[in-house]
Amino acid sequence: MFDFLNKYASLMHFYRLSRRLSQWLAPLTAVLMCAGVVGGLWFAPTDYQQGDSFRIIYIHVPSAWMSLFVYMSMAGAAVSILVWRVKVAEIALRCSAPLGASFTFLALVTGSIWGKPMWGTWWVWDARLTSELILLFLYLGIMALQNAIEDRRVAARAAAVLTLIGVVNIPIIHYSVEWWSTLHQGPTVSKFDRPSIHLHMLIPLLLMSVGFTTFYISALMVRMRTEILRYDRKTNWVREIVTTHHGSPSSV
Amino acid sequence: MSEFLAMGGYAIYVWSSYAIAVVVLGLNAILPVRTERREIAELQRAINARTKHDTPS
Repeated sequence: MFDFLNKYASLMHFYRLSRRLSQWLAPLTAVLMCAGVVGGLWFAPTDYQQGDSFRIIYIHVPSAWMSLFVYMSMAGAAVSILVWRVKVAEIALRCSAPLGASFTFLALVTGSIWGKPMWGTWWVWDARLTSELILLFLYLGIMALQNAIEDRRVAARAAAVLTLIGVVNIPIIHYSVEWWSTLHQGPTVSKFDRPSIHLHMLIPLLLMSVGFTTFYISALMVRMRTEILRYDRKTNWVREIVTTHHGSPSSV
Repeated sequence: MSEFLAMGGYAIYVWSSYAIAVVVLGLNAILPVRTERREIAELQRAINARTKHDTPS
């Protein structure tokens, strides 16, 4: 009984918290991304080696970073599902997968578009690109698995197991440029000892990275609220929320 | 301005990357909000139907 009350309360509280979060996360995301794009396309100086093609970095690197970040968040949710059966984590895992897939897709496509003028090819089967492609398949696999199982709680546990198996891929992606020889360039930003990037190039990249992160959280909150309403559709608190917010559902 | 748009000869690569990003992020921003609105509207209809049914006439 206590267990039941706990879960019931946490979904309701999460819903309320998420509404408040969305109110300032959405405008913050818009500001960060606009500043990042203007800075990246306009203010950042042209790269002496890559010319203006390097400006793809402001989409490519934040997307690639988010493809890993979302996966690690899902792995955290997976542990909460398998160990403590946290309902909010089940919903977070389900709602994160399509967002992770989108970021991975974006990282792969922009990488390919960047690779054509720089490497002379759209694609090579090297470690970095292949492991990132496997990440996309992992996201799609997790989504397919969840949709294939009707019982939502069983589906969540199955997806959690698959997510944790896929975690092996994450360090492979991250270290692939150091472990194997590749066309992909090494890390640019994380070399804090001797940063290899101009400050006017770096600031937009940081803005975009933070903007992509708040975008993920913002979009995740909207998806999770919808799922929570579906999950608890028969409860009184949902009934109250739906009648009090009559005709004025929030935006992103 | 035209120099800016030309992106030093890489216009097609740079602008297509940004366009794809706008589409992918745009869909991820708009579609979930529409689903949320539809879900709330659906729940409202269900509740209205139930209250009408419950009220003795």
